[in-house]
Amino acid sequence: MGIKSINNRADHRLSVVLTLLSGGAALLLALIVLFLVTEAWPFLMSSWRDGASLGLFQSQGWYPLEGKFGMLPMILASLAVTLGAIVVALPIGLASAIFLEFYAVAHIARVFRLLLNVLAGIPSVVFGLWGLTRLVPLITQWQPPGASLLAALLVLSLMILPTITLTSTSALASVPKDLLAGSVALGLRRKTQILHIMLPAARSGITGGALLATARALGETMAVLMVAGNVVQIPTGLFEPVRVLTANIALEMAYAMDDHRASLFTSGLLLTLLVWFLSWGAHRVNRHRREAGHHG
Amino acid sequence: MRVLLKTLLLSFTLTAALLSQAADNRLTLTGSSTVAPLASEIAKRFESKHPGVRIDVQMGGSSRGINDARMGLADIGMVSRALKPTEQDLSAFLIAMDGIGLILHKSNAVNTLSNTQIIDIYIGKITHWKQVGGPDLPITVVNKAEGRSTLELFLHYFALKNSQIKAHVVVGDNQQGIKTVSGNPGAIGYVSIGTAEYEEDRGTPIKLLPMAGQPATVEAVAKGGYPLSRPLNLVIKKTRSGLVKDFIAFAQSAEVKNLVEAQFFVAP
Repeated sequence: MGIKSINNRADHRLSVVLTLLSGGAALLLALIVLFLVTEAWPFLMSSWRDGASLGLFQSQGWYPLEGKFGMLPMILASLAVTLGAIVVALPIGLASAIFLEFYAVAHIARVFRLLLNVLAGIPSVVFGLWGLTRLVPLITQWQPPGASLLAALLVLSLMILPTITLTSTSALASVPKDLLAGSVALGLRRKTQILHIMLPAARSGITGGALLATARALGETMAVLMVAGNVVQIPTGLFEPVRVLTANIALEMAYAMDDHRASLFTSGLLLTLLVWFLSWGAHRVNRHRREAGHHG
Repeated sequence: MRVLLKTLLLSFTLTAALLSQAADNRLTLTGSSTVAPLASEIAKRFESKHPGVRIDVQMGGSSRGINDARMGLADIGMVSRALKPTEQDLSAFLIAMDGIGLILHKSNAVNTLSNTQIIDIYIGKITHWKQVGGPDLPITVVNKAEGRSTLELFLHYFALKNSQIKAHVVVGDNQQGIKTVSGNPGAIGYVSIGTAEYEEDRGTPIKLLPMAGQPATVEAVAKGGYPLSRPLNLVIKKTRSGLVKDFIAFAQSAEVKNLVEAQFFVAP
């Protein structure tokens, strides 16, 4: 409210500059989406004309050299890998957050936090290389071919673990202190305080963090490309190789032309929409939390 | 505000001046990721002999090389295969030869496979190494992603369609192929022979299989007897001249022979 009523000239100039810069950022994002749409357009139109507009979502196979562009297996694989990663990482991340917030001694908490930050900073290609040279051979001994849905979701869960832990920790930390004080005053046990008071109070923050992690897992490319096996097929088991949408783009974009290229941009557009949907969800959850916070 | 405007104006003038000066001394190469590392090395040596010349090498696959050279987006295209009949508006200049070899894990007892056996493995008729006299392991078929010229060459040689292949793993570049096979005792894959020989020398547990009785070595490719080999070409529009011609002559000369060999390709 205050900004607009300020008539100091220096402040006014600053606000103009800031408006221009943020407008530029918004324009850039809009241009990226526009670019995706124009690049994907020829493919969308040609499949529309052929009456095969839903061909994208059917599983007739992905053989661009033979003019077959079925994306359903890859969409399902993307969702399966992402869901699997969340299922593995969420309990571990939550446990770590509770440990950090309620149990860890100060200096252990500091070291633990440092480790999490390092883990968050490791480039994804390093995770991929580790997965390809250590994790995949390990799974191969058990169930060949090794490069599989399981390998992909394990590597991904490791990558999103810091995000989940750090957002959950800050969600727990931002729960009003009087709630905890009240529960202590009631003489509740530590376990009850955490499970029945703190966790429900921080629920929306934790959900928001998990949704952000989901968006990251969905968009991750290199690591998954290196360990998932990349065979285009509907995922039927943990040990089956799968190809996710991002890996598809990375594998084929450099060599694709015409319809093949446009179809890859279409899968990019699809991914953007999915991630968009997720961030919208995260935003809604967070807003809900802020409003709830004001009332409490 | 005035200072900002002046700076902007100045930088525009400078950029314009630089661009107009550079136009004559600039070469752009785009295309095959197999050729690009070699082309970069050749370009470095060329630049050091011709001060003021700047050469920009970008990857993007053989198809991009063809496309860019045709459209004039690049001065020279890099293509890791022979030109097709539909591409006769371009001229190709051979700078090296490369072969594609089948690789297995070193521990695999199989030392030779016939072409029919290879086809049967790739289309999923043979799924266990015991069926071809090997160890008690299921076969993991490693294939290349669509659009790669290595895949096109492989499919063409064995007269297969990619939809017939029952792959267990699909890889991108040679390194990924080698890492996948070296980590899986039951795997079979195919990669650039030069890269495979290099990795074998470094102790990576893989081995190259002979193809149609010919050993899969850089020497066999050089002699011309190895069946699954391909030319690495620089392609240009037929009307090109000047610096482009100079660079191509340099890339084909004896002066760069050691660079070709250092990349495990065969000098023509």
